[in-house]
Amino acid sequence: MSLIFRLASRNLLQDRLRFVATIVGVVFSIVLVNVQIGLYLSFERMVTTMIDHAAADLWVVPFGTKCFEGASLLDIRDQARAMSVAGVAAAVPVLIGFSEWTVPSGGSTPVFVIGSNPGGGGLHPWNFVDGDLDALAPPHAVAVDRTYFGRLGISGNGATTDIRDQEVRVAAVTSGIRSFTTTPFVFTVLERAQAYVGTPVNKVSYLLVQLAPGTDVEAARRGLTASLDKVEVLTSAEFRDRSRAFWLFGTGAGAALFAGALLGTIVGTVIVAQTLYSSTKDHLIEFATLRAIGSSSSYIHKVIIYQALLSAIIGFSLAAGIGLVVVTMTRDSALPIVMTPQLTAALFLLTVAMCVASATAAIVQVTRIDPARVFAQ
Amino acid sequence: MIEEPVIEAIDVVKFLGRGAGEVQALKGVSLALGRGELTLLMGPSGSGKTTLLSVLGCMLTPSSGSVRILGRSTTKTGPDELAKLRRDHLGFVFQSYRLFPTLSALDNVRLALDVRGEPAQPSIAKSMDVLATVGLAHKASAFPRELSGGEQQRVAVARAIVGDAAIILADEPTGALDSENGHAIMTILARIAKDFGRGVLVVTHDPRSLPFADRIIHMEDGRILDGVKP
Repeated sequence: MSLIFRLASRNLLQDRLRFVATIVGVVFSIVLVNVQIGLYLSFERMVTTMIDHAAADLWVVPFGTKCFEGASLLDIRDQARAMSVAGVAAAVPVLIGFSEWTVPSGGSTPVFVIGSNPGGGGLHPWNFVDGDLDALAPPHAVAVDRTYFGRLGISGNGATTDIRDQEVRVAAVTSGIRSFTTTPFVFTVLERAQAYVGTPVNKVSYLLVQLAPGTDVEAARRGLTASLDKVEVLTSAEFRDRSRAFWLFGTGAGAALFAGALLGTIVGTVIVAQTLYSSTKDHLIEFATLRAIGSSSSYIHKVIIYQALLSAIIGFSLAAGIGLVVVTMTRDSALPIVMTPQLTAALFLLTVAMCVASATAAIVQVTRIDPARVFAQ
Repeated sequence: MIEEPVIEAIDVVKFLGRGAGEVQALKGVSLALGRGELTLLMGPSGSGKTTLLSVLGCMLTPSSGSVRILGRSTTKTGPDELAKLRRDHLGFVFQSYRLFPTLSALDNVRLALDVRGEPAQPSIAKSMDVLATVGLAHKASAFPRELSGGEQQRVAVARAIVGDAAIILADEPTGALDSENGHAIMTILARIAKDFGRGVLVVTHDPRSLPFADRIIHMEDGRILDGVKP
């Protein structure tokens, strides 16, 4: 172990209470940042879940649509117009909309209905744990996610109830298709969805366009835009970006999460800075002695930086452990906290940067030290 | 006249403080220390001894006049260059020892080599040798709190000499010690001057140090009154 490192670690550990306070500060700060960014990533993923799982090269959406959940309605005749555009292999209508699920034991709960006919693209449930897509063909059949059994007041496949007085029978069950709005998804075929939502049979929310192999996407987009009125034609990536922008920044949710992360960073930086500053102040005469016996400024700076790095490594290790527990605990929640290797690496770098930045005040203090003070009694 | 002084002050003037609180601590001090010589610097409190020691030790820069270390003037030298002069040519012994409480005796000595960037293994060996020189090889792993005042001061002396400094500046090295330990420290310092050919300057009030001196310099009111051989 180098002597600088030994000196730094012992300076840091000499006052155990202050050391614990520093580590708690770093841990609190990093866990807070971890949770906020983890929620942000989770939110970012969840707001585009449906777009990610839809089979579409292009989306025909009502003009001005801000997000997947916020579409107005298209005329079903647009489907035929879209099909006439060169390169378009399929234009599958999808209907979305909120409705009211009657809880069998009494009362009701809002649901988000998604209707799309099986076969040839569209937007269908995935991760089946009971039943399959074909199970949605019989009358009144729907698919729901098992996460929401409690909310929907059912216990599994075969449950019956109604949506807006239209009969419902749970024919398939999925796992992990959760909504960030906490409103349960109900998947069914198009016509049944129109009935459940109360939409006229000639109206749909989107047309999911699939292009023939080799078709130029931009050319098809221009053709669709020219053929259809009051619509926008978006790639999946564009629609994803638009939905994210709306939910994360249009609603302020993303800004709030970032603000929380920023707050955590500031709190952590201040706590570590305060500790390093007071630790340096306590050891000022030792730093003056180092200076007196001829150490360079950089040697003394290294002692302080090592103290900061030690705080960072110990604090981050504990924070990462707590983060993993939080991730595990929220895994099945409506908005699970996401922890990726990239986020872990970024958090480690943030911790190091935070702690090293915190050392600035201590370094400034020690840089001004007068070595002649060693002669004072 | 001393031949080839290891350290020399030439007409050094030093003002301390600012404005109404400004005082002239040194009023044209000149002195030179030679190799192999132990010089005592004596005088009443406030006479400027410690200020002179700080100036000679390159910790304070003179307001006017100059200091030469092994013939090299320190005038217009920056803080980091002065630090380099200190680590290469000067060793310090302080009344309060100034040991690092979290480091062992060995590491306290080794620190003087570590700041020079010397590699660990040779530094450890050299530090052990020097601890043996001051009679503390058996206490190498002890922490300062486990050592007596005399032992701590011997560690401080070991730290001062481990880097082969040509000049040892000691500020009241026996001030906090009893008679026996004070005698032991002065014996070591005298040996360092004689056996190792170092220039040793000791600021002291302690008359028990007089027998060890090759020369005694008296200061009063920022001036050197005389320099006599005892």
